[in-house]
Amino acid sequence: MGVKLLLEKAHVPGIRYFETYRKEGGYRAVEKALKQMDPASIVEEVKKSGLRGRGGAGFPAGMKWSFIAKPEGVPRHLVCNADESEPGTFKDRYLMEFIPHLLIEGLIVSSFALGSNDTYIYIRGEYAWIVDILEQAIEEAKANGFLGKNILGSGFDCNIYVQRGAGAYICGEETALIESLEGKRGNPRIKPPFPAIEGLWRRPTVVNNVETLAAVVPIINMGGDEYAKIGVGRSTGTKLISACGNINKPGVYEIDMTISVEEFIYSDEYCGGIANGKRLKACIPGGSSVPILPANLLLKTAKGETRYMNYESLSDGGFATGSMMGSGGFIVLDEDQCIVKNTYTLARFYRHESCGQCSPCREGTGWMEKILKNIDTGKGKMSDIDLLWDIQRKIEGNTICPLGDAAAWPVAAAIRHFRDEFEWHVNHPEEAQKRNYGLAHYADPIHVPA
Amino acid sequence: MSEQPLFKVTIDNITVEVPAGTTILNAARKIGGDVAPPAMCYYSKLEGSGGKCRTCLVEVSKGSEKDPRPMPKLVASCRTTVMDGMEVKNITSDRVMDARSGVVEFLLINHPLDCPVCDQAGECHLQDLSYEHGKAGTRYEFQRRTFKKHDLGDKIQLHMTRCILCYRCVFTADQLTGKREHGVLDRGDHAEIATYIEKNLSNEFIGNVIDVCPVGALTDKTFRFKNRVWFLKPMDAHRDCPTCSGKVTLWNRGDEVFRVTARKDQWGEVEDWICNTCRFDKKQTSDWVIEGPRLIDRHSVISQGHYAGKVGTHKPTETFEAVHAGRQPKLLMDIHSVSEVNKPEITLSKLDRPAHSTDFTSNKD
Amino acid sequence: MTKFNDEQLKEFNRLVARYPEGKQKSALLPVLHLAQDSFGGWLSAETMDYVAGLLNITPIEVYEVATFYSMYNLKPVGKYMFEVCQTGPCMVNGCDDIIEYIGTKLGIKPGETTADGMFTLKTVECLGACGYAPMMQMGKHYKEHLTKEKVDAIIDECRKNAAANN
Repeated sequence: MGVKLLLEKAHVPGIRYFETYRKEGGYRAVEKALKQMDPASIVEEVKKSGLRGRGGAGFPAGMKWSFIAKPEGVPRHLVCNADESEPGTFKDRYLMEFIPHLLIEGLIVSSFALGSNDTYIYIRGEYAWIVDILEQAIEEAKANGFLGKNILGSGFDCNIYVQRGAGAYICGEETALIESLEGKRGNPRIKPPFPAIEGLWRRPTVVNNVETLAAVVPIINMGGDEYAKIGVGRSTGTKLISACGNINKPGVYEIDMTISVEEFIYSDEYCGGIANGKRLKACIPGGSSVPILPANLLLKTAKGETRYMNYESLSDGGFATGSMMGSGGFIVLDEDQCIVKNTYTLARFYRHESCGQCSPCREGTGWMEKILKNIDTGKGKMSDIDLLWDIQRKIEGNTICPLGDAAAWPVAAAIRHFRDEFEWHVNHPEEAQKRNYGLAHYADPIHVPA
Repeated sequence: MSEQPLFKVTIDNITVEVPAGTTILNAARKIGGDVAPPAMCYYSKLEGSGGKCRTCLVEVSKGSEKDPRPMPKLVASCRTTVMDGMEVKNITSDRVMDARSGVVEFLLINHPLDCPVCDQAGECHLQDLSYEHGKAGTRYEFQRRTFKKHDLGDKIQLHMTRCILCYRCVFTADQLTGKREHGVLDRGDHAEIATYIEKNLSNEFIGNVIDVCPVGALTDKTFRFKNRVWFLKPMDAHRDCPTCSGKVTLWNRGDEVFRVTARKDQWGEVEDWICNTCRFDKKQTSDWVIEGPRLIDRHSVISQGHYAGKVGTHKPTETFEAVHAGRQPKLLMDIHSVSEVNKPEITLSKLDRPAHSTDFTSNKD
Repeated sequence: MTKFNDEQLKEFNRLVARYPEGKQKSALLPVLHLAQDSFGGWLSAETMDYVAGLLNITPIEVYEVATFYSMYNLKPVGKYMFEVCQTGPCMVNGCDDIIEYIGTKLGIKPGETTADGMFTLKTVECLGACGYAPMMQMGKHYKEHLTKEKVDAIIDECRKNAAANN
């Protein structure tokens, strides 16, 4: 059993309510932070902890905090990004649903560190029932003196509000989220200025993911140095992984980033192996936008070394033979899955979610979707594959926000690693409608059923 | 206002000094010529515009004197401010030219290409852009996007299929008229300029959306199908207008005024906003005091006819080389490097007679 | 007449009070949710104009936002809306079969509403329940691990509830 910092208490009966959460040691971090520490030392602890943003980009949280501008007389805001919409990712939902007070506690400490008196949780609109859970937790915290005016006699005032989105993946991008929070279309802003200088209502703002802010609680409780000892290298602490696809035990797991991908997929503690006794074909290890990897490159790096569930190891080999930790959405595909169809559904997703502001993303995502649909339904041409490659290349890096990259990478990786499957679809249009291409050379070489 | 410090920025090997806070695009415009990136959505007079179309992407090969690291991604030159010592590559960067050709292709895949029946033809920025950076053929084999028709009243014609979603008309309505009635509806590749409920755009400055539109999405209904712009003679004129400056360009054929637009500078931007009355209702020569012919200083078909050859002929290859070597601002081509005739040592202007071939040969010895 | 009742107005005021003075436009998304729930499950032009008036913004600002987000219905929908996820992880777990099954059973295609106005079927993109696929959203809640039997039971229950409420 690995270390559990976030979900250790998630299944204690009644932990959703203040009383139980408090009894289990909750809100100690708030007490410690507000009574014994000052904002600068909290930022210092978070820096020391090496905590990296858990939303996908993996940017060091403490550093992000230290960028916030502090102009005289201008309020600052902390915004919690709970707009979890990356396909394959459902970890924040799990955390908020089961142990909402952990997030609230993390938000209070972080708000104190950043000087945010009005803190907002922007949650995706579809998570409507979680809004109720969070609002109840906020009310309870307020009733017990952990929110509101002069918290614990420290002189620090803080309110937390939950704002519901209304169905837009793009609002997970921090500046689109801010726009949406201001009651506008979720069009990402052109940066600079960055939110730390001009964010919500043009005030200095920090936007952090749910898991990142929840992780502040154990960091304060145990100290940044102790937190940094968990994990390996620059992958410190624990990470929530939401596993789904063709596995025996889909769900949310907390890992300490020292375990191997093989152990994560096959051990009973985690995914419990591939469902129905099938073989592993491929995996998207960090949410739909990160590169898909065939089984052989997933379990071992191109150099033949064991691949681990952490930031560095998952990205070993760059995009040529590696992938990314991303948001921790771990999508496993078995031998019966069609890579072309899977890529098509993802392309459709990104076309649907493009805000339409900048030309490469607005036009390119729709174009890729149409070509992929053609190939999937047996109407593709060989030249379409190169065309797809060229389109994704011209989207990547040329858009306002990372959604363009997120749309380009899955297509690029699918062609990079599974080109033969695409070609087979083109060459055998009728057969491709009846059966799957199967495993070919990219099957998992380790776990061959007897 | 206090003096702003001057920053040195080098774009395509040409160095200029601009006040801090200037964007790369505006610094490049100061240099002029091909070094200035094309801009389809940026409009210097509209706050908040730019950044969307991605045609002005450039490569920053050196961030600044203090932090010389190059920027990893291409940046939108219209929204990126210069730093002291910054080095930028526009037409000297293969990455930029490649990305720009991609952007042009993206802008065109769903464009109807109905230039033969489009009133904007001849002064269309998308036309210019595609002649300069596009390809002759298309790789897009799907049905082009269409929209439900929207009526914006009897003065302004909206062709949504031609729109490239530059948002300029939205900014214009926001910043020029008190109450915006149209906007961008829907999302992604279905986003459209519309009013949602059918509505006439009624504000007295709303006609300016026609002038800011880089394509033929918003055109003048009073000019619709009346003539082609290249048959018309642009004349600067003014009148004593109680609402606006009254400074306009008339587009005449003979004595007949076919349309009235605002005056536009060399980047195609409006110099003074004009009111609807001047634009739509004053179509008699007698309404105006004519100042004289208007020079259309855009690289469009009106003034140059550089589409005469086959597509793509505009590539100024000599300029590229000259630029690579570093050239003087404003000098597109060093005549001495390509001309046998104009040797610097011959000062033709000092001859008091027409030059003869012997003037050149004698000098060679 | 489109107008919030006292209770709805109270909720409206609670929503607006979260934002600083003069930033009341920020409440637009939650207020549109409230309006959609209050006025028949969709947003008519009249409803949007009403919201614009309440928040003191122009109607186009409301239209722009309402058309951007996929959760706002701009056409009337059925009493029960089945929003079935069709993105990658759900596809891997057989959402196509579920969509087809619901469609056949109700006699409608995705995007359509049954003639009796009871059910709307809609395909949507990832709802963040990938581990519990296939799934759909119905009102405020998720229905997960869908099977044909489960779909039958849900439809029956909806019919029963509708009959009881009439």
